[in-house]
Amino acid sequence: MTAFRRLDKGGRIDREKSVNFTYDGKSLGGFAGDTLASALLANGKTLTSRSFKYHRPRGIMSAGVEEPNGLFAINGNEPNIPATTVDLVEGLAAQSQNAWPSVDFDLMAVNSFAAPLFQTGFYYKTFMGPFKKSWMFYEPFIRRAAGIGKGSCEKDPDRYETAHEFCDVLVVGAGPAGLTTALVAGRSGARVVLVEQDLELGGQLLSETDRDFEMWRTTQVAELRSLANVTIRTRTTAQGLYDDNLVVLLQRHENHDAARGRPRQTLISLRSKAIIFATGAIERPLVFPNNDRPGVMLASALRTYLNRFAIVPLKRALIVTNNDTAYKTAFDLAEAGIAVTMADHRNVIPSDLLSRAAMLGMAMFPGTGIADVEGAKQVTRVQLAGNHSATIECDVLAMSGGWNPVVHLTSHSGIKPVYDDAIAAFVPGGYAKNHFGAGAVTGKFGFESVIKDGNAAGADAAKAAGFDKPATPVATIGAKDRAYKISPHWAPKTTGKGKAFVDFQSDVTVKDIRTAHDEGYVAVEHLKRYTTLGMGTDQGKTSNINAIGLMAELREMPISQAGTTTFRPPYTGLAVGAIAGRTVGLHFRPYRLSPLHDANKAHGATFIEAGLWMRAWYYAWAGSTPETAYIREMELVRNGVGIADISTLGKIDVQGPDAAEFLNRVYVNGFAKLPVGRARYGVMLSDDGVVLDDGTTTRIADIHYYTTTTTAQAGEVMSWFEYLLQTQWTDLKVHVTSLTDEWAGMAVSGPKSREALQLAFPDADVSNENLPYMGCLDVHLDGVRIRILRLSFSGELAYEVHVPAEYAGSLWEHVLKVAEPLGIRPYGLEALASLRIEKGHVAGLELDHRNTLDDLGLGKIAGKEKSYVGKELRFREALQAPDRWSLVGIELMEPDKKLRGGSILFSAGDEIKGHGRGYITSVTWSTELKKFIALGLYQGGLKHEGEDIICAFPLKNEQVKARIVSPHFIDREGARLNA
Amino acid sequence: MFKPYSALALAKHALSPDRPWPRAWNSPEPKSSYDAIVIGGGGHGLATAYYLAKNHGLTNVAVLERNYIGSGNVGRNTTIIRSNYMIDGNTQFFEHSLKLWEGLSHELNFNCMVSHRGQVVLAVSPAQLDTFARRGNIMRLNGIDAELLDRGQVMKLLPYLDYSKDARWPIYGGIIQERAGTVRHDAVAWGYARAADTLGVHIIENCEVTGFVMDGDKAVGVETSRGKILAGKIGIAVAGHSSHVAKMAGLRVPIETHVLQAFVTEPVKPMVDHVISWGAELFYLSQSDKGGMVFGGHIDGFNTYTQRGQFPRIQTVAECAVSLLPLMSKLRLLRHWGGVMDMTPDGSPFIGRTERPNLYFNGGWCYQGFKATPASGWTFAHTIAHDEEHELNRAYSLDRFEKGRELDEFGIGNWTYKQ
Amino acid sequence: MRIPCPHCGQRDVGEFRYGGDASKARPAHGTGDMKAWHDYYFLFDNPKGPHDEYWQHVLGCRQWFKLTRNTATNEIGEQP
Ligand SMILES: Cc1cc2nc3c(=O)[nH]c(=O)nc-3n(C[C@H](O)[C@H](O)[C@H](O)COP(=O)(O)OP(=O)(O)OC[C@H]3O[C@@H](n4cnc5c(N)ncnc54)[C@H](O)[C@@H]3O)c2cc1C
Ligand SMILES: [Zn+2]
Repeated sequence: MTAFRRLDKGGRIDREKSVNFTYDGKSLGGFAGDTLASALLANGKTLTSRSFKYHRPRGIMSAGVEEPNGLFAINGNEPNIPATTVDLVEGLAAQSQNAWPSVDFDLMAVNSFAAPLFQTGFYYKTFMGPFKKSWMFYEPFIRRAAGIGKGSCEKDPDRYETAHEFCDVLVVGAGPAGLTTALVAGRSGARVVLVEQDLELGGQLLSETDRDFEMWRTTQVAELRSLANVTIRTRTTAQGLYDDNLVVLLQRHENHDAARGRPRQTLISLRSKAIIFATGAIERPLVFPNNDRPGVMLASALRTYLNRFAIVPLKRALIVTNNDTAYKTAFDLAEAGIAVTMADHRNVIPSDLLSRAAMLGMAMFPGTGIADVEGAKQVTRVQLAGNHSATIECDVLAMSGGWNPVVHLTSHSGIKPVYDDAIAAFVPGGYAKNHFGAGAVTGKFGFESVIKDGNAAGADAAKAAGFDKPATPVATIGAKDRAYKISPHWAPKTTGKGKAFVDFQSDVTVKDIRTAHDEGYVAVEHLKRYTTLGMGTDQGKTSNINAIGLMAELREMPISQAGTTTFRPPYTGLAVGAIAGRTVGLHFRPYRLSPLHDANKAHGATFIEAGLWMRAWYYAWAGSTPETAYIREMELVRNGVGIADISTLGKIDVQGPDAAEFLNRVYVNGFAKLPVGRARYGVMLSDDGVVLDDGTTTRIADIHYYTTTTTAQAGEVMSWFEYLLQTQWTDLKVHVTSLTDEWAGMAVSGPKSREALQLAFPDADVSNENLPYMGCLDVHLDGVRIRILRLSFSGELAYEVHVPAEYAGSLWEHVLKVAEPLGIRPYGLEALASLRIEKGHVAGLELDHRNTLDDLGLGKIAGKEKSYVGKELRFREALQAPDRWSLVGIELMEPDKKLRGGSILFSAGDEIKGHGRGYITSVTWSTELKKFIALGLYQGGLKHEGEDIICAFPLKNEQVKARIVSPHFIDREGARLNA
Repeated sequence: MFKPYSALALAKHALSPDRPWPRAWNSPEPKSSYDAIVIGGGGHGLATAYYLAKNHGLTNVAVLERNYIGSGNVGRNTTIIRSNYMIDGNTQFFEHSLKLWEGLSHELNFNCMVSHRGQVVLAVSPAQLDTFARRGNIMRLNGIDAELLDRGQVMKLLPYLDYSKDARWPIYGGIIQERAGTVRHDAVAWGYARAADTLGVHIIENCEVTGFVMDGDKAVGVETSRGKILAGKIGIAVAGHSSHVAKMAGLRVPIETHVLQAFVTEPVKPMVDHVISWGAELFYLSQSDKGGMVFGGHIDGFNTYTQRGQFPRIQTVAECAVSLLPLMSKLRLLRHWGGVMDMTPDGSPFIGRTERPNLYFNGGWCYQGFKATPASGWTFAHTIAHDEEHELNRAYSLDRFEKGRELDEFGIGNWTYKQ
Repeated sequence: MRIPCPHCGQRDVGEFRYGGDASKARPAHGTGDMKAWHDYYFLFDNPKGPHDEYWQHVLGCRQWFKLTRNTATNEIGEQP
């Protein structure tokens, strides 16, 4: 069965270029210039879909982005795509959705019989029993029934780009208003971007047959194309408007091809000085019983199919309207030889329309609407109601309930649309600065007035963008506008047995809206959320306003008081992949590589992600898994010498006459008296008195310090220093410069490290006397300045060697080569982190912004007399409580078991529940003690040294015995450090 | 008047469609005085009114909402509920909330679609898995369910995540709370409103509080867009507008208002059965019963009362979505929106008395106020009724920063300098 | 939203980091009691309207600066 056919001539399709596509696996043909929708109609596909809830047969209803019914899966991986928005291309595969076994014969249509149970809000009223969590039983069924199309779990084969653009005037929409404004603004010299979601420019004009219109259109388009300062983007939708005139555009590329690196879509962030909204209007359906049968269509859509795609109803069409515009469809159809019957809700119809209708031999029924529509799979007969109650046989029923200006984008700025009685629709409630409206969006529908307005809006926008030289206005065609007349008709008083749909996609009927009203869900948002009205993929473009009108009627108040709906971006569905662009997968976030990355690789490092960094985790020489390798690497450092990449440390150069004063303020301990050539460990607090970070600072010269931070806090600390210096302590003469990327660092650690350095820098005096613990030495090698700091994270005799990044690789190789006789090898992050546990140095897991100096056993280093950031709030009551959880060492007492990070600590006699007395932060196998040891925080801290505790890990049903010990597991006196 | 909801009632109604359902809640004119007033018809305000009536027998109560009920964050959030909290004070409070969620549909005779579908938090480093373990252990020690998952288990449970070499951060494992999940957010507002209304509470919409009526230090009533209303006790529960309303009573609170965005895609057949959160960057996603993917990330990062988000954040969130779940790439975003959130320095809320007698404060909910709704109402009602804190909200005092009693659940410190 | 950096001009908000209320006076270093610091650090006026605040052009020239923004509209600069 079919309701449509294609004419042999006419339309804008290119009959020379046929296009093959498949629909549910069957091959069909169309022409270049077709959309999937027009091609389906031309192929006689009237029933194309099933509705969401009741699985009612549905056909294509519109010719644009507002399409609620005709949704398809495209090419197997894109669900829910309106056929009206898909350009027909060779090889396109369209699949129908939400029906089983097929749309023609859908067993799920049984839902229709249970419809009375599925009254609106039914799921709020049931599925509660019999048990507390009974919803868990029902939910899977509900979920399976919901959801329309199917997504694909495969990786998206397509590629998306993002771009930024700037212009003086952006024009959204290329109908008569958009073309006019763009041209006027273009003539003024402004850089104009004109965007149009369609593949052709012209908007409504593309559905006109009048030669004058076409002449006008081609003339303006030709001039626009000739202007170098005008950029035209077709297939481009303005999706959203954001603060400060950012408009997000989505451009769909015609020749996308991932294999050749051609993107499918480009998301453009465009910033324009002025914006003109020429977004037009969308026709709204009329609401009457069974208004959803396949073959029921918007009147303007039918006209578009006729004039643009050369598709007509098989023989007979019935048109029902409450306004004048539907007559254009009627007249064009009649002229094409189709038998047209016209039902108009209005009793009084403009006489020019009546006489033209009579001339064309159309049957006219004034004061008449629709009582019912018959036809199981497509319209066959229509029952009229009102002044006339005839039954009309027809193939297609076209409807027009009036026009809704597309106020979406103007509303994104937060300006609510307002109701305009003259056109019975909402128009923009105003414009933000440098925003302008033109054409149908403002509620003006006549061509001449649109051009006139467009000329003004174009000039205003150009002026707002700084181009105030008057430009020649765009000529009109000198026709006479006829006044637009509408008498709103929101819904029939009764709907009898038939369902009268307001929201076609979400299957919301007049009755549902009445129910919502009865139950008090009368606020527009309540109505939408309770009935799911407007929540479908069409975002309610054809339904929202009808629903508001109906609700206002039920509440017996003017629409202006009933409220309006919120329009949220994006304007049409926007692929998440297109927003993300290429910042996904491997490119999701940058990889930060140490200057020694290649050297590490060459030496067999396995890397691990540490924040943005890739760090050498362990090296192949020591083993093939981290669990085994780190132990060998620890032994190397404890017994011989190892070298580790520590380039990720934050490095800040602090210079200026007040550098000492500055550091004195930010660190809890003093730096003013630090002698030149010496380094000192320092801790800084946030204003709230909690530890922010630690590191070492070396005095290079009187007014020059070199500070390191932890890897994790490098960015924070830098920004904090800048904040203090630039906004608070502006009197301090200090400059801070990040050297994190400019300098590399390597730790040379172990009892043989001095020998290694001596070999590496034969001319330098690295003796204990010349370079004592916490000493600093600048040396030169092949003319490169190298900074050696005698610092130790591992607790061994150790040095940090800092070198400009570009020489890091060569120096690393140099040290490894010359110290080879000492058995030097690289060691990685896992060993670094384990060695420091043995030594009792705190790191990231202990420095988690919850702990105070005292918690970490560092209270002693804070200057008593001196002031420092965080000093005042550090002494708040609870932060000084004696039983705070503070740093302890933990030794495992059960040799055959393990300690685990994240274990909760209890005193030996405690009941094992609640929050415990502390927890384990970091664990390692101690190569020195030959047992598992850990750092942790424990209530009362080292007051409990020597006590037995339980480490509970209920996630693995484990409890192990351990003991509180000093966190300094090795070399408490520091003999090794100072060796 | 009250007509219980049930399958049977639905069937009866289907047979006699002419007898309409009664209103879910009434729309009375405000009286000149009440025993107690709750400002804010969001989840917390409505729950408070319900528990005032239900638990404490206070029924001469009004909820004043400046717009329609549920117009704030209760109707804008990403609907995640869970009780994976490890700081003493938070753990018990949020678990109490989850327990109340479990019976809520029954209790309110309104199906809130409380879905215990399970929440999986994914770890992107071994160290992160340790911090998850600490959280999970605390949960288990407090009788709350939690399981640690290794990479293999995660792969089995969530086969559609990116486990390939293209993933920027590999997934090392995760932690799951089976009882966590999602709730139909609007139903929570409507369900509490209907149940409170049934007990005699006045739900008054389109009634904006514009000032307080003071008697010396004491709050004795409110000025509203619908006139002056006196009250014995007044509770503030206005979420993103906390500072604004508190200021009317001369209070300065540790709250800044930020916008958090949320996103929903077109509906598709079931693909994602859990709530998923990521350890790489703040990102969370679930598939609604209707089929749309509902997801979100961080706040935009500067204070604002506009309910509009900035585009860079939208891109960040989309990048997270596609990078973690490649299936998101082709799905189309249908709507995104913002809600104004009451952010506190430590990320934890306030429920308690204020320095003004008779005036009580509830706010500072940050990312987590939806899951807190039942317990928040429960404890706030207790505090209002008895003029003292319930043991579950004792930690949530407004002056806790003076004492150094921060409740820093995530160890990120003061958020104003972190983004 | 676009933020006017005093060095680089109008740039997208994504390049900046927010630094909080700039109308609060930080007690001079080494002065102020616990209460003063508490109020400075933990309490916010959080107005719905004009708000003085700090921003840093963190992905640009790294300058910290003050501006006034209306938190009800996000408009930056002096408004009538
Ligand atoms: C995008 C987003 C996602 C979120 N996701 C989650 C999540 O997944 N899980 C979770 O637990 N939490 C989440 N949250 C947080 C949660 O939604 C909120 O913390 C919570 O809803 C706040 O409590 P409420 O419901 O009472 O607030 P609201 O619903 O905002 O209620 C406050 C009410 O007060 C009214 N009001 C304000 N001023 C006045 C006045 N002067 N007079 C009268 N009335 C007034 C408002 O109109 C509003 O209705 C999210 C929040 C957002 C914005
Ligand atoms: Zn700059």
